[in-house]
Amino acid sequence: MSLALVVAAALFVGVVAYGVLGGADFGTGSYDLTAGGDLEGAEQRTLIDHSIGPVWEANHVWLIYVLVVWWTGFPESFASAMSTLILPMLFALLGIVLRGASFAFRKYSETLAQARFFGVVFAASSVVTPFFLGAVAGAIASGRVPAQGRGDLWSSWLTPTSFFGGVIAVLTCAFLAGVFLTADAQRAGLDSLARKLRRRTVISGVITGVVVFAALVPISRDAPTLTEGLTGQAAPLIVVSALAGLATLWLLVKEHYAVARVTAVCAVAAVLFGWGFGQYPWLLVDEVTIEDAAGAEATLVGLIVVVVLAAVIVGPSLYYLFRLTQTEEWSRAEHD
Amino acid sequence: MLLPEVLLQVVAADEPAGLLPARLQMAFSLGWHIVLACFGVALPSMIFVMHWRGIYRDEAVALGLAQRWAKVSAVLFAVGAVSGTVLSFEMGLLWPRLMGPFGDVLGLPFAFEGLAFFTEAIFLGIYLYGWGRMPPKRHLLTLLPMAAAGLFGTFCVVSVNAWMNAPTGFRIQDGEVVDVNPWRAMFNDLAFLQFLHMWVAAFMVVGFLVAGVYAVGMLRGRRDEHHRRGFTIPFAFASVAAVLQPVVGHFLGGGLADRQPAKLAAFELATTTESPAPLRLGGLLVDGEARWSIDIPYIGSLIARNSFDAPVPGLDTVPVQDRPPVNITHLSFQLMVGIGFFLLLVALVFWLMRWRGRDLLDHPWFLRVCVVTGPLAVLAVEAGWTATEVGRQPWVVYGVLRTADAADSNGWLWWLYGATLLVYAALTVAATLVIRSMTRRWRSGNLDLPSPYGPTRRLRDSERAGEPEVEDS
Repeated sequence: MSLALVVAAALFVGVVAYGVLGGADFGTGSYDLTAGGDLEGAEQRTLIDHSIGPVWEANHVWLIYVLVVWWTGFPESFASAMSTLILPMLFALLGIVLRGASFAFRKYSETLAQARFFGVVFAASSVVTPFFLGAVAGAIASGRVPAQGRGDLWSSWLTPTSFFGGVIAVLTCAFLAGVFLTADAQRAGLDSLARKLRRRTVISGVITGVVVFAALVPISRDAPTLTEGLTGQAAPLIVVSALAGLATLWLLVKEHYAVARVTAVCAVAAVLFGWGFGQYPWLLVDEVTIEDAAGAEATLVGLIVVVVLAAVIVGPSLYYLFRLTQTEEWSRAEHD
Repeated sequence: MLLPEVLLQVVAADEPAGLLPARLQMAFSLGWHIVLACFGVALPSMIFVMHWRGIYRDEAVALGLAQRWAKVSAVLFAVGAVSGTVLSFEMGLLWPRLMGPFGDVLGLPFAFEGLAFFTEAIFLGIYLYGWGRMPPKRHLLTLLPMAAAGLFGTFCVVSVNAWMNAPTGFRIQDGEVVDVNPWRAMFNDLAFLQFLHMWVAAFMVVGFLVAGVYAVGMLRGRRDEHHRRGFTIPFAFASVAAVLQPVVGHFLGGGLADRQPAKLAAFELATTTESPAPLRLGGLLVDGEARWSIDIPYIGSLIARNSFDAPVPGLDTVPVQDRPPVNITHLSFQLMVGIGFFLLLVALVFWLMRWRGRDLLDHPWFLRVCVVTGPLAVLAVEAGWTATEVGRQPWVVYGVLRTADAADSNGWLWWLYGATLLVYAALTVAATLVIRSMTRRWRSGNLDLPSPYGPTRRLRDSERAGEPEVEDS
């Protein structure tokens, strides 16, 4: 394995981690938005706040990790992707800013009206952001970003692949979040809320499956290289993803919420890895390969040092944080 | 005087359309983020001292303060995290021709910074939600990784800026960047001192700002232990920082004559090389001449060169196309230094009088001074960044890449700049509103709203028993 490939793999692990962990955070927006009025939605919104409160900042850092490793390891392709996809990037960025800030603001709002306002901003931007990030992924995967310089500002991402990439991202996030929230609700002893969330999660899972299936036709026309990879080398992963998705639905129906989290994560991680394998060896599909896009060798070595350090320092800390959030003490409602 | 200079840049014909909006946008979003970043860097240490006193000395007041500061930091860190994300996007969006060729030279410290930020975000989550849920001593210890990450992260980010001022770790051959050594770039000659300068500045900003909040409270007659403690500890942090800062700054400035003579000439408002050079206080460059400044002979040489008669290079040694905007650089540099010495004075006077048995906190005039020290420290940081950044112009990578060549060619970046101003203004208003309402609530004796999302009634399943279940449709 070449250095460039190791770094690209580390980069892609970041993409998958952001997709799964950040995705689950973002997906809560759908449930927050549809929780209902102040009275009937209070319980669900409190649960959302409690579930993502301790972890959202850490989950958000994966995005920064991805950006930084990208521009350090593959600088020219980063510059061209950023200048080509400046519009969807900016919309995603706006969503990230509004969401992060309003989530914190809502928690400490003085009045219900203020909390409601920040809550709507939080929830709406949580839904919008994954769409644009998915559109960015679609533009790269369908070969719209040139190796150097700038591609078209509009036609590079106003395409079927980007559109379905965005829609699938939103739906997947919602599905993931639903599985996690259902499990959290059960652990906190909120049984009727868990049942309500379960129903919505199953519905969103089914919709996700249908949309993914329906998207295959336009995507195969729009992004032939990606499709070839998805049906070739990445096919096993796509099958795993489909099976894990179905298993999640079944586990939800059977009320095995804790196990369903594992299969849901597998389903999403598998589809994301499938994308990575599917477009291998391209970094920017049809334009530049991972090997050709790589920056200086010494820098790639440096990046691998960072990744190893991250595994040693961040890995255990992150595990500790996630473990804490799953304990009895942390499931208690706040009373401070 | 500043305005014509800016306008001149607008009409300069040979610049890409994206340059000025990109510069303004970068300056604005960085200048905004820097204040929040200071909180991320300095506040964990201050909370640690408070929390430590609360636990080990059993001071209930201190524990209460630590808890409140933690809540404020939750809001500030969240906003800081997103404004930091904006910056990492902007690196690529605004400066594609810097990040393309040089991304692998300057990227490594950013990667380490990501690591530091990760650590900070994880332990912030643990700390904020750990109140009442963890063994107290372990809970206290979770602040240490945050403080360490703040320290290390500051080094990393500032090291990139230091590299832009003293680029190293690569060669240019036939217009291509070769021989990249990212470690050398990260640990460039300026990295350590420039980091120290910023790190100390963060403690001044946060220390004086937080102390100022309690000074306001005392001015309004709330003179309890809570306010005294809330004032003294941040003020002590800020005082130590204020004493160290001129020393660090002096060492940082040493060698500037060799490194960036144009910046030094602009700092000193030196039109011609003089030996010995005077220290020019105030003044402006008008038609190539320094006017209206107060000149103190010899001191310019002493400060810049550590000698009474060493020459300070003037602007005449620098080709016209390589000169920075002199007035902005000069005035912001002097503003930074001036405020720095004033803050040092305030700190010294307070502790000196305290040592002699007089408590200045009983004097409204001193409290009033303390109220403005925080905003002044912020102003000093902004001025310092302006001085070092504008003083480096017209280069983004000093001597290697001109800012104009790094910018994007997008004229419509103006729209982006306008949108950014609006979004950040909204964020500022919202954050201020929320923090103010938090403090109001605390003063009236309430802690937080039971649930910010709805009435507490019917919050729990158990309390719903007997009611018809609300079905969603």
